[in-house]
Amino acid sequence: MVPKDVAGRYSLWTGLAVTLAILATSLLAPASFAQLSDKAILPISDWVGSGMNWFARDAAIFGVKIADITRALASAAQMPIDWLKFILADGWVKGAGFNKVQLAPPLSWLGVILAAALVGFRLSGRGLAILTLLAGAYLVFFGLWASAMTTLASVVICVVAALVLGLAMGFWAYRSVRAEMWLRAIMNVMQTVPIFSYLLPTLLLFGYGPSAALFATVVYALPPMVHATVLALRSVPSETLELARMTGCSRAQTLWKVELPVAAPRLAIGLNQVVMMTLNMVIIASMIGAGGLGYDVLRALRRLDFGAGFEAGMGIVALAVVLDRLTQVAAHNQSTGRQGLWSRRDTLVAVLLLLVPTLASLALPALSAWPANWTLTTAPFWNGAVSLINQNFYEPLEAIRTAMLLGVMNPMRNLLQAAPWSLVIALLALAGYTLGGFRTALTVVLLMLFVLISGYWQAAMSSVYLMVLSVALALAIGLPFGIWVSGHARLHHPVQLALDTLQTLPTLVYLLPAVMLFRNGDFSALIAIVSYAVAPAVRYGMAGMTHVPSERIEAALMSGCTPWQSFRFVRLPAALPTLILGVNQTVMMALSMLVIAALVGTRELGQEVYTSLARGETGPGIVAGLCVAAIALVADALLKSGAQRAARHEGEAHV
Amino acid sequence: MSDIGTGRGAPTAIDAKGIWKVFGRDAGAFNRLPLQARTPETLMAVGLVGAVQDATFQIGRGEVFAIMGLSGSGKSTLLRCLTRLIEPTAGEIAFNGRDILKLGDKELVDLRRQRMGMVFQHFALLPNRTVVGNVAFPLEVQGMPRVEAERRAMELIETVGLKGRETRFPAQLSGGQQQRVGIARSLTTNPEFWFLDEPFSALDPLIRADLQAEVLRLQQTQTRTVIFVTHDLDEAIRLADRIAIMEAGRIIQIGTPEELVTQPATDYVRRFVAKVPPARVVRVASIMTVEPGPATAGVNADATIADIAPQLVAAEGRLPVIDGARQVGWLDRSAALATLAVRI
Ligand SMILES: Nc1ncnc2c1ncn2[C@@H]1O[C@H](COP(=O)(O)OP(=O)(O)OP(=O)(O)O)[C@@H](O)[C@H]1O
Ligand SMILES: [Mg+2]
Repeated sequence: MVPKDVAGRYSLWTGLAVTLAILATSLLAPASFAQLSDKAILPISDWVGSGMNWFARDAAIFGVKIADITRALASAAQMPIDWLKFILADGWVKGAGFNKVQLAPPLSWLGVILAAALVGFRLSGRGLAILTLLAGAYLVFFGLWASAMTTLASVVICVVAALVLGLAMGFWAYRSVRAEMWLRAIMNVMQTVPIFSYLLPTLLLFGYGPSAALFATVVYALPPMVHATVLALRSVPSETLELARMTGCSRAQTLWKVELPVAAPRLAIGLNQVVMMTLNMVIIASMIGAGGLGYDVLRALRRLDFGAGFEAGMGIVALAVVLDRLTQVAAHNQSTGRQGLWSRRDTLVAVLLLLVPTLASLALPALSAWPANWTLTTAPFWNGAVSLINQNFYEPLEAIRTAMLLGVMNPMRNLLQAAPWSLVIALLALAGYTLGGFRTALTVVLLMLFVLISGYWQAAMSSVYLMVLSVALALAIGLPFGIWVSGHARLHHPVQLALDTLQTLPTLVYLLPAVMLFRNGDFSALIAIVSYAVAPAVRYGMAGMTHVPSERIEAALMSGCTPWQSFRFVRLPAALPTLILGVNQTVMMALSMLVIAALVGTRELGQEVYTSLARGETGPGIVAGLCVAAIALVADALLKSGAQRAARHEGEAHV
Repeated sequence: MSDIGTGRGAPTAIDAKGIWKVFGRDAGAFNRLPLQARTPETLMAVGLVGAVQDATFQIGRGEVFAIMGLSGSGKSTLLRCLTRLIEPTAGEIAFNGRDILKLGDKELVDLRRQRMGMVFQHFALLPNRTVVGNVAFPLEVQGMPRVEAERRAMELIETVGLKGRETRFPAQLSGGQQQRVGIARSLTTNPEFWFLDEPFSALDPLIRADLQAEVLRLQQTQTRTVIFVTHDLDEAIRLADRIAIMEAGRIIQIGTPEELVTQPATDYVRRFVAKVPPARVVRVASIMTVEPGPATAGVNADATIADIAPQLVAAEGRLPVIDGARQVGWLDRSAALATLAVRI
C-alpha cells in the first residue's frame, strides 16, 4: 500500500508539471495543439460511409449480393409483423383508400384488455389486474388503441427474436470461453453506442420501414439478454450439473430439463430488461417507419402540439408500466418458486375472453375500433395549461432559463470548446493514470484521439458540457435525497417503486414536459437529461448507505461519534465505492438521454447523429455515434477505476 | 495401511488401485513425472495440487465404506473419481472386475443410469419440479413412460416417508424433507452402487440422526455397496463397516471403527479418534476368549461393548458369546468393563 501511495503522490507532482508545460505550449506553441488543423483530420466518416454503402449495395458472398440477402431478410421479417398487426391492430384488410374492405376484424380491445387483466390477476393479484384495466381504458378512451397495438406488435416480435437469439448466443458464450471473450468485448461497446446509431446501418441495409426498425431493435436489446443468459447459466449450482451427469442426461436433456429450468428466475429478470429496452427502442424507431405511439409523439412534437404529444406519451407510460409489472411479477414468481398459478381452465377463459368480444364486434363495430367521436381528449386542456403557464409564469420561467443559459451553461460550453485539445487529453490521461494506472491512461488517450482525428472535437465538447452539467445537477439532487431516504426505512419501498416506474419510461417521454415549459434548446435538454438521470443517483445513494456494515456504525457510536461524525468518518467512506458506481451509472444514463435530447435542438454529437439519420448519411452518423461511445467509455474507465480504488480501502461496492 | 482388502470377506465390488488426481494448469505434466518422483513436494514444485494421491482400496459387495477427513483433504474428489464425474489423472478403478476408466461415453452413461445413484450435499433438487417430478427424473431421462416412472417414484416417496407431500415443490419443504427427496431420487433406478457426498452435513443434528437411521433401514432391506463422504466421525462409526481416513490427499488408514480406535496408524489418526469412547467401537468378538461352548443365549459376537452394557451391568463373572446360534467363546466381564472406563 505505502509504495503505491508514494507513487501516486509522485505521479501527481509530475502530472502537475506536465500540465503546466502543456499550458505553456498551448499558449506559445503552434496553434495546432489548441485547435487541430483541418488537414490533420482523417476523413473517417467518409470511409465508413463508403464502406457501408459498398457493403449494402455491391458486396457479395458466393455470388449472392448482401443487398439481396438483407432485402430478403427484411421481407421475411415483414411477414410476422404483418400477421401480428393484422391480429392486434388492423384486422384483415384488402385494398387501400376508398376501396379498403375489412375482411376480418382485429382482436377486440375489450378482449385483449380483459385477457391481460386475467393474466395479471393470476400472476399477481387484484392490484395488477386493476392497473391493467385502467391502462387499457386510457388507451381506448383516448383513441390510442390502434397505435398502442402497433407498438405492442413490434415489441412482441422483437422480444421473441431477441429472446431466442440472446439465449442461443448466451448459451454459446457459456460453453466457450473464447466466444464469451469476444461477445463481451462487442457487447460492451454496443451498450454505449447511442440508440440512434443502431438505426443508421439497419436503414441502409433493410430500407425504411418496420422491418428495419425490427432489426435495429433486436440488435439493441440483445446485449442484456446475452448477459443475463450467461449469468443465469453460470448460477446453476455445480451439484445440479453433476446430477445431470449422474442420471445420464444427454446434452439436450441437460439443457432443457436441467440448465434452463434452474436458470429460469434469472432469465426472467433478463426478459424484463429486454422487454423494457425493446419498448424504448421501438418508440425511437418510429423515426424510421415503425409507426405506433412513438410516431404519434414525434408528429406532435414536430407540430408543437404538446397536448397531443403528452397524451400519446402517457399512452407509452401506460403500456410501459403494464408490460414492466407483468414481466416483473413473472420473474418474481419464478425466483420465489411460486408455481402452478395458471391452470388449463384459465387458458380456456382467456381464449373465450379474446374471442367473444371479437366475434361480437362483427355486429357491434365499436368493440373493434373505438369510434372517433367517442374519443376523449385532454389535448386542449394541456395546450391550454401550457399557454396559461406561459402567460402567467413566462417571466420567472424565462428568468430561470436565461440565468442558467447566460450564467452557467454558455460560459461552460465556451470554456470547454476553447480549451486546447492537447490540454484536455493530457488532463484526462493524468486522471486515468492516477486512478487506474498506465493501461487506463492509454485507453483514455486512444479514445479521445479517435474523437479528435475524426473531426468531431467541437461537437464532442458540447456533449461533454451538457453531460457534465446534467450529471452534476442529477447528483446534487439525487445523492443527498437518496442518502436522506436511506435513513427513513418507511420511505424505502415507495421511493424504490417510484424509481422503478421512472426507469421504465421510454426516453422520449422525458422530453415532453421540458419542451412544454421551456421550448426547444439546451435548457430543455438539460432538464430532460437531469430528470432521466436522477433515478440512478437516488438509487445508488440509498444502496450505498443502507449497506454500510451495522457493526461499524455501532463501533462509531460506541466510540462517541456525533451523528455527523459517524456519517463523515464511517458511513460515507464505506459507501464511497457504491456512490462512485452510482456516478458512473448516472453518466451512462445521461449520455443515452443526451442523444435523444437532440430532438429538442441541442447542438452536439447527438444532433450530428440525428441529422445524419434524417439525411440518410451513414458515415457521419455512425462515426458521431462512435464518438459518443468513446466519451462513454472514457467516463466508464475513469469512474470504474475510481470505484475500484475506493473499494480497495473500503471493501465491496453494493448495488 | 492395515487393511486395503474388503471387510467381511465379501466379493470385491470396487477395486481402486493407485488413483491420483492432480489439479493445476499443466496437469499433463504429472504423467511425465517418473513414478518415484510423484511426491507432494515435487508436485508443488511444478505447480500442481495433488487432491488425491495414490489411493488404493477395495470395497466389498454390500459394504458401507466411509471416506473421512478434514476439509480440503480430497474426499469429494476421490468420490467423484469413482463415479468419473472427475477424471482421475492416473490409476485403475474396477467395478465388479470391469475397468470403468476405459468405458466409452455411452457405456459410462449406461453404467450411471442403471447402476449408480448419488446423493448431494446441497440436495441438487430441480426447483421447477414437484417431489414426484424430482424423484421420477432419473427414470424420465431414460425414456420410461411418465405413468410408470411416477408409479415407481411414488413407491420410493412412500419408503422415505414423504407420502402426501408428493405434489409440493422443493421450496415448500424443509431441509430434511428435501434430502429425503434426494435420497428417494438416488434410489429410483435401484442402483447397485450408492454414492453420498456429505449427505447430511447441511442439516440439523436431530434431523441428521433421523436420516442416518433411514439409511441404515434402507441398507437392511436392500443391500447396496455404499460409499459415503462425511467429516462427522460419529456418523461414520454409526453407518460404516470400514472407514478410510484421508489427510492432504492421501489415505492414511483404512479400517473398521474398532481398528482405527484401538490401533491408530499415525498420530494424526490417534488425534482424530481421540474423542471416541472405545466401548462404542470395540466388538465383543475382539476381546472374548475363543472357546466353543454349549450355550444358546448370551451376547452377540458382532455387538459393541456399548450395545451390551445393560447385560454387562446385570451379569456376573463371564458371559457366553453367541455367533449365529452357536456359542463361540466367553466374554470376561471385567475386561469388557475396562473398555467402558478406559480411554485409549
Ligand atoms: N477444480 C479444482 N481445481 C483445483 N483444485 C481443486 C479443484 N477441486 C478441488 N481442488 C483442491 O483439491 C483439494 C481437495 O478438494 P476436495 O473438494 O476433494 O476436498 P474435501 O475433502 O471434499 O473438502 P470439503 O470437506 O471441504 O468438501 C482441495 O485442496 C481443493 O482446493
Ligand atoms: Mg467435499
